[in-house]
Amino acid sequence: MKILIVDDFSTMRRIIKNLLRELGFNNTTEADDGSTALPMLKGGNFDFLVTDWNMPNMEGIELLRQVRADPALKSLPVLMVTAEAKRDQIVEAAQAGVNGYIVKPFTAETLKEKIDKIFERLEAG
Amino acid sequence: MDNDDTSIKAQLDLARQLVAHLEAGEGDQATAVIRQLRIPYERELFDELGKLTRDLHEALNSFRGDSRLVELTRDEIPDAKERLNYVVSMTEQATHRTLNAIDEAMPMAETLHARSIELTGRWSRFRNRELSVDEFRDLARDIDEHFALAGTETDRLRSLISEIMMAQDFQDLTGQIIRRVIRLVHEVEENLVGLIRLSSARMEPVRQLPMAAEGEKEAAETKGHGPIVPNTQDAADDVVSGQDDVDALLSSLGF
Repeated sequence: MKILIVDDFSTMRRIIKNLLRELGFNNTTEADDGSTALPMLKGGNFDFLVTDWNMPNMEGIELLRQVRADPALKSLPVLMVTAEAKRDQIVEAAQAGVNGYIVKPFTAETLKEKIDKIFERLEAG
Repeated sequence: MDNDDTSIKAQLDLARQLVAHLEAGEGDQATAVIRQLRIPYERELFDELGKLTRDLHEALNSFRGDSRLVELTRDEIPDAKERLNYVVSMTEQATHRTLNAIDEAMPMAETLHARSIELTGRWSRFRNRELSVDEFRDLARDIDEHFALAGTETDRLRSLISEIMMAQDFQDLTGQIIRRVIRLVHEVEENLVGLIRLSSARMEPVRQLPMAAEGEKEAAETKGHGPIVPNTQDAADDVVSGQDDVDALLSSLGF
């Protein structure tokens, strides 16, 4: 399972990377915003994307839209981990096709629960 | 040119009159002539003053019309103070959370270490056949106890270390808030530069700096917002209060 972690704060990328490692996902790569993440996704055979929303250059919501618009990436599971807490934004992310939405600050249990849920759905559907 | 010539001639006449009056010792008449000589200069001064007043009035009006500046001073500056206070309390909480975990973990690690050293000493005495049967019975019981404790204690240590890691999320959250305040400071700076330009408008044409800031603000609205800070304008938005709220909203959307 190859996972891309996208967040402009390196501290948060490390936290997510560590949490994913605890959950048994050792193959992670990092990107600091949507515009660096997108080319990596296009050539990288990633199985899962964890992204922040509020980032310079290309924001997470735009990255999500670009992923869904790309025939090769459109079914990539995307989990958003962000401090964005407006209801409109969550609805926007849902409409753009996000697979899970975690609001910061979050716990290790929440991350595990959402990832499990995403894969359960993918296996079922 | 003609105008200048006639005015110079008029001034010359007045100057001659002034000299004549002074020589004749007619002080009052001399003063009247001096007053007459001053008139054209006074008019220029009044014209200049009038122009300055008009410029100042226009400058003030254009600033009053700029609602962004009003918004900045009325809402965003007080909010910025609240945001920075929130950063202080978040960093304080994160530090306490980290130190609390350390306070619990440190003595646990120390006893675990001390017990291991002590048992290792007794174990090597046993290997050297230096223990009596009773001493060995005690050692076996202590080792049993150590194994049981070590399992739970190391598990607790692992979760405390994880707690310390999670406490570091403040850097991302406060960082987003601080960046927002930096953007505001930048905008205020631009507006102040605009104000200075306006007040010295007679030296160079007024550039509409506030308009540039306005454009920036529009772009900011479509951007991510960062963490919601209590007691600021953020509270006016329709926001979720935590993960449970997010889950409820998403499930209402069929997730």
